[in-house]
Amino acid sequence: MPLKGTIIVDENLCKACELCVEACPQHVIALNNEKITPRGFHPAYLAKDGCTGCGICALVCPEVAITVYREKPVKK
Amino acid sequence: MTREFWKGNNAFAEAAVRAGLQAYFGYPITPQTEALEYMSNRMPELGRAFLQAESELGAINMVYGAACTGARVMTSTSSPGTSLMMEGLSYIAGTEVPMLLVDVVRGGPGLGNIAPSQGDYNQMVHGGGHGDYHPIVLAPASVQETVDTVYNMFDIAEKYLTIGVVMIDGSIGQMMEPAEIPPMLEVRKDIPDWAVRGGKGKDRRVLTSIYLAPEEMERTNLRMMKRWQQIERDEVRYKEYFMDGAKLAVIGYGSSGRVALSAVREARSQGIPVGLIRPISLSPFPKQLIREVAEQVDSILVVEMNSGMMLEDVLSAAQGKTHVEFYGRMGGLIPFPDEILKEIERISKGAQKDAGHPRDLWLERMESIVQ
Amino acid sequence: MLVIREICGWNVWKVLYSRGVKMVTLDIKNMDVVYKRPETLIDINTHYCPGCTHGIAHRLVAEVIDEMGLSDTTIGVASVGCSVFAYNYFNFDFVEASHGRAPAMATGIKRVRPDRIVFTYQGDGDMISIGTGEIVAAAGRGENITVIFLNNANYGMTGGQMAPTTLPDMKTTSSPHGRDVKKMGYPIRASELLSTLQGASYIVRRSMHNAKNIRMAKKAIRLAFETQVRGLGFSMVELLSTCPTNWHLSPSDAAKWLEENMIPYYPIGDYKVHPLLKDIKI
Repeated sequence: MPLKGTIIVDENLCKACELCVEACPQHVIALNNEKITPRGFHPAYLAKDGCTGCGICALVCPEVAITVYREKPVKK
Repeated sequence: MTREFWKGNNAFAEAAVRAGLQAYFGYPITPQTEALEYMSNRMPELGRAFLQAESELGAINMVYGAACTGARVMTSTSSPGTSLMMEGLSYIAGTEVPMLLVDVVRGGPGLGNIAPSQGDYNQMVHGGGHGDYHPIVLAPASVQETVDTVYNMFDIAEKYLTIGVVMIDGSIGQMMEPAEIPPMLEVRKDIPDWAVRGGKGKDRRVLTSIYLAPEEMERTNLRMMKRWQQIERDEVRYKEYFMDGAKLAVIGYGSSGRVALSAVREARSQGIPVGLIRPISLSPFPKQLIREVAEQVDSILVVEMNSGMMLEDVLSAAQGKTHVEFYGRMGGLIPFPDEILKEIERISKGAQKDAGHPRDLWLERMESIVQ
Repeated sequence: MLVIREICGWNVWKVLYSRGVKMVTLDIKNMDVVYKRPETLIDINTHYCPGCTHGIAHRLVAEVIDEMGLSDTTIGVASVGCSVFAYNYFNFDFVEASHGRAPAMATGIKRVRPDRIVFTYQGDGDMISIGTGEIVAAAGRGENITVIFLNNANYGMTGGQMAPTTLPDMKTTSSPHGRDVKKMGYPIRASELLSTLQGASYIVRRSMHNAKNIRMAKKAIRLAFETQVRGLGFSMVELLSTCPTNWHLSPSDAAKWLEENMIPYYPIGDYKVHPLLKDIKI
């Protein structure tokens, strides 16, 4: 079972370039068409379940808008 | 300290070294290459930075970098190299960091030749690159005067956060004269507050000449103009000779001023009431002095080794209060004392007032002088 | 779909997201931070276009400087191009060079302050057009500085004109019918060119068009700064970059275009590696 992860996108920085949308291996990121940031963009957000906290979205984000979290592995 | 026989180029190099020069970046160009060669030996000997750059463009930008760290830094070049450095000078001025430039002037325009001239007057005094600023330009007339000017120039440049230029005719760079070079100062260990040095967060400093918003640019321009006004008040320098009771004032700087002095001495011994004003600061120009002199004398003779560049500043300062004439040699020629004496005699006998612009009259006379 | 971000008290952060009726809660406080902004990269909006890889390059440089603990010893030299305001984004000392002259300015700084880490950040128009003299001289001298070179095959800041790195037949605003190599010559491969100089110690080309290449780029930037820290000489990392605006492509399409068109002409690789660098494990 892959670990669960999540992302927080800083909407002040996101420019809706969609590089994260394209790069996410789980295809769980999308642009939020219901929202417009103060800078006039539809910000990226976690649209579905399935984020594994791999961090690829943050790697490709030119605005460093994404902070990626992953749950700590459970010690047996 | 004893007086020794020094070649001008070597002398100013040593003077800068003793004033605490920390870095020299230059490029070979006649007639100042001796300075580069001297520095290539002397600076490493003292553990200071020396580099021959890939071009004058490289040199001025290396100076720019080093100046941003607060180091005492200079470069030297000649007229074509000065032209190449103009953009760099403007950037340095716009960033408001100090530096020293020695411009050893040669015949031009273009490649010209390697003989001495004063053809850089406009490019340096009324320029120094694009934008609203004025470099300080001092024009010594002897090896000793060059030594003293260079030695003190760092303090001036740092005081006003501006570019200090020592502009000498090629002849002064090349000739050998007895000179006494002031004692060695310790290289400063502290860094000015504005300098970049490796600092992060609140301690960081950014040095740039970009002011994208016009209002900010104007504020910077005004700040620089305020300092310029202070420079105009406090940094005017000149020497006067035989001005008591003079009815004709010869005005010349550098080598032409020095040659004119010989002519003035000879003329005085003939009883002609003539004196000499030798500006040392070309920027700031001794406007006030010229204005006063214009009220005292019947005529002024401006002597230069160019087509009449300082002439325009003299005309402007004299404000039509007196008759102004011009004598110049170009292309790398230095006038002889008897040429200037002839002019002094001609004008003293009775000059034709309002006959035209002094430059045009001079060009007419030149037809018979130059075969 | 809604995204709700809630801060409940100062010691509990929750992220709630909904998909239809189902609500899933993850408690961030007990999670590992996998990726966050490097300390040295100032938290402000950049002026770069959406999807421009300048942002990625800035971040990688900031990460390396943070990881190496260099933020209070570094002086950056910004150049003239889209990155002219680079000094607004890095939280350490910076100076601004005129177009093409950053390597000379960096030289001036490094020669008077050899104990500082000095790097330039330049684009292709700046470095290999007007700046050819300065970069060749600096590399030739083996100047102990680091150059971060962004190659996006055009002059971005001024609206997309042809650059020395523009590909054959590539249309730009000053080669509207495509770069005709008979009239305008062939592109210059800066990494190959500079690697022929004995003074150069670390010359590599990487790309930023996908996650794998970004990871490789970061390692290269790290090695470049290691070259300087160890006093081994001149280092440069050429980073193939996208320019969505002037290529008239979306950021994702621009990344694909880079992979299909630029990499065949500008191969990713190590063009010069000082022997002492080979043993460093990152």
